[in-house]
Amino acid sequence: MGDPLSFRTDAAHEEPAVTLDAFLDQSNATSVRLEPDEDARALLPYLDRLALVEIAFPGYRDGRGYSAARILREAGYQGELRAQGDVLVDQIAFMRRCGFDSFAPEKPLDPAVVEASLARYDHVYQRAADATVPVWKLRHG
Amino acid sequence: MYKYDQYDQSIVDARVEEFRDQVNRRLSGALSEDQFKPLRLMNGLYLQLHAYMLRVAVPYGTLDGRQMRMLGHIARKYDRGYGHFTTRQNIQYNWIKLEEAPDILADLASVEMHAIQTSGNCIRNISSDQYAGAASDEVTDPRPWAELLRQWSTFHPEFSYLPRKFKIAVIAAAEDRAAMRLHDIGIELVRNEAGTLGGKIFVGGGMGRTPMIAPEIKDFVPAEDLLSYLEACLRVYNRHGRRDNIYKARIKILVHEIGAEDYRRQVEEEFAHVKTLGIDPPAAELERITAFFAPPAFATGLSDELDLSDPDFRLWVQQNVAAHAQPGYAIANISLKPVGGIPGDATADQIDLMGDLAERYSFDELRVTHAQNIVLPHVRKADLYAVWQALDEAGLATPNLDLISDIIACPGLDYCSLANARSIPVAQKIAERFADLDRQRDLGELKLKISGCINACGHHHAGHIGILGVDRKGTENYQLLLGGSGAEDVSLGKITGPGFDEDGIVDAVEKVTDTYKSLRQDGERFVDTYRRVGIEPFKEAIYG
Amino acid sequence: MKILTGNDLPTGDVIWWTGTEWSRHVEDAADVGEEGESIARAEEGARRVNAPYVIEATATPEGPRPAHIKDRVRALGPTVRPDLTLKPADPAAGNWVI
Repeated sequence: MGDPLSFRTDAAHEEPAVTLDAFLDQSNATSVRLEPDEDARALLPYLDRLALVEIAFPGYRDGRGYSAARILREAGYQGELRAQGDVLVDQIAFMRRCGFDSFAPEKPLDPAVVEASLARYDHVYQRAADATVPVWKLRHG
Repeated sequence: MYKYDQYDQSIVDARVEEFRDQVNRRLSGALSEDQFKPLRLMNGLYLQLHAYMLRVAVPYGTLDGRQMRMLGHIARKYDRGYGHFTTRQNIQYNWIKLEEAPDILADLASVEMHAIQTSGNCIRNISSDQYAGAASDEVTDPRPWAELLRQWSTFHPEFSYLPRKFKIAVIAAAEDRAAMRLHDIGIELVRNEAGTLGGKIFVGGGMGRTPMIAPEIKDFVPAEDLLSYLEACLRVYNRHGRRDNIYKARIKILVHEIGAEDYRRQVEEEFAHVKTLGIDPPAAELERITAFFAPPAFATGLSDELDLSDPDFRLWVQQNVAAHAQPGYAIANISLKPVGGIPGDATADQIDLMGDLAERYSFDELRVTHAQNIVLPHVRKADLYAVWQALDEAGLATPNLDLISDIIACPGLDYCSLANARSIPVAQKIAERFADLDRQRDLGELKLKISGCINACGHHHAGHIGILGVDRKGTENYQLLLGGSGAEDVSLGKITGPGFDEDGIVDAVEKVTDTYKSLRQDGERFVDTYRRVGIEPFKEAIYG
Repeated sequence: MKILTGNDLPTGDVIWWTGTEWSRHVEDAADVGEEGESIARAEEGARRVNAPYVIEATATPEGPRPAHIKDRVRALGPTVRPDLTLKPADPAAGNWVI
């Protein structure tokens, strides 16, 4: 596993992420790992004490994690949101827009390509979980 | 027509450079084919039987003369002099070189066009009514709404890795010319009792292996909630659509398995949440887009008289010209179905000519139809004869709209790597068998649709007569379906029984039409007779 | 016999393994025996072919004839556009496919 690519200012959270079942069973864990078929909304009562949610991407085609990330951010989650697994460089920009702020891809990514793809688009059409202003807002203020 | 502003242009330009970079990484070996495939597919680039194939989006089927001529230019410069108009109002090129694909996208971007999301498990080109803005039966022009959806769905960060592809159609007329309820989401624009425009939302239609007619999920969604509502529809699908089996991954299976009622409940719950997020643009945005679709400067006081003394012209007018909302104007359909030709194909010269005619005679507008024809939507009746003469000279005036030779056919095994059987030769043989125009006109409206595999790009489930090509122990075999419709009387065809070889299917179609002629009552179309008498008399004629 | 086919990476052209290199013509295809997969991997790694795969074929006096109609269509070109096939001068070439 490569080092997480972090877009956070704080240090990466070190406590190993436990499964959702284990997290729901033990009251003191601060890190949790969500599999694609697990419901992100099960975490909503615990957002205050969570420091890391790691969302698993066993295959890059499985896009459930994008919705999971947005659901957590929409509920106000401020902690680290990490995409782990089969994460491709050309997916990072969409993931950033869905609220992911760190990445642990199974295969290492070329940092130059990551940087280039994140800088590619000056504008976006829709509001998402990031701060980018959609073009309709730019058009109409 | 919609015109890009600096934002639209910058997004499309960035896409060209992104794809150029991705192609370079593939050619240099930095990307394997496995890694590159999802990237090229998200940009409509397939690897087909003979070469790469590029599908170019024609948003809601609308384009202008300059854009049309660019499509001709691309056919000439990068392909082999022709293009193929598809059942989703797009155009595809069959002989593309990977190394040239970025240059094609750059050429397209220069005329506000692209290939974004013409493939892949994402929201595809938004389709619409080819008569939008010209039909007398519409409550509004659906295209501003389609453009709003085009922008919302373009590079949607949450919905680019859906369980499967996702197709949306928007119409605004009682007559459904876009097979709206056979889409993942179909939207019919209506006015509520207060006179406000909104969308009636149908979810979970589709063709393919398991054809379904979309049930109504919501009777009215006003413009200010539309994107939130669709976002909720898509999120429920993205989270809960099946990913264990590619053949069960479309939203129609989810809606079918949990039931429309439960799906609706989940969407309503999600919508209540999503609506609080501020993702709907202000009303001014739809107004801004709508202004681009203001009716052209129609002349008033024009005569509706037409000189029909030329019998060939008269035939064409009777068959291919539809009524326009504006007195003195007409909608001219250009058939891309010459008898013996390849349905939907047009040469670079024909494409250029259609672009020129649009510029000169149709307020610079063309439409692509899901039946693989082209429309000049706003032609002065006084100009129809000149338009017809120019079309006729170019082999584009076949007077067969909605007749048995106006066949929808997918590219089939002549081009497509998914196909099990060839579609085009069957279309050609049927058109040749029924070549006599009097015979075709006697049969009346008869929508014949052919797919070369179960994926149903040729809409065979929605044909009055449908044909499905299958592989039977290594040889091509054709199944016959009867009674489908993609129009407002939407229905799914039924398979008659065992399949046929290539000549056998042509004979079977003829037996079906003979049976119809012997059973029809006054004014009945083929499909009306079929619905009245059922499949048995036809089976008897075919297999008896 | 078993033969190896794929597409040229930059152009997409259909190509066939001759035993030493790639050809546009199925007539040139060589029997790869059991070596097909390893040749495919090496050639794909060197980016001389895209999406290679091994198919069954029959040896005929005119050269290998792919067992499946799909590969015969690939070998010739679209049967509905004889002018765009590899044998534009032979109007009956499409019969070889069926």
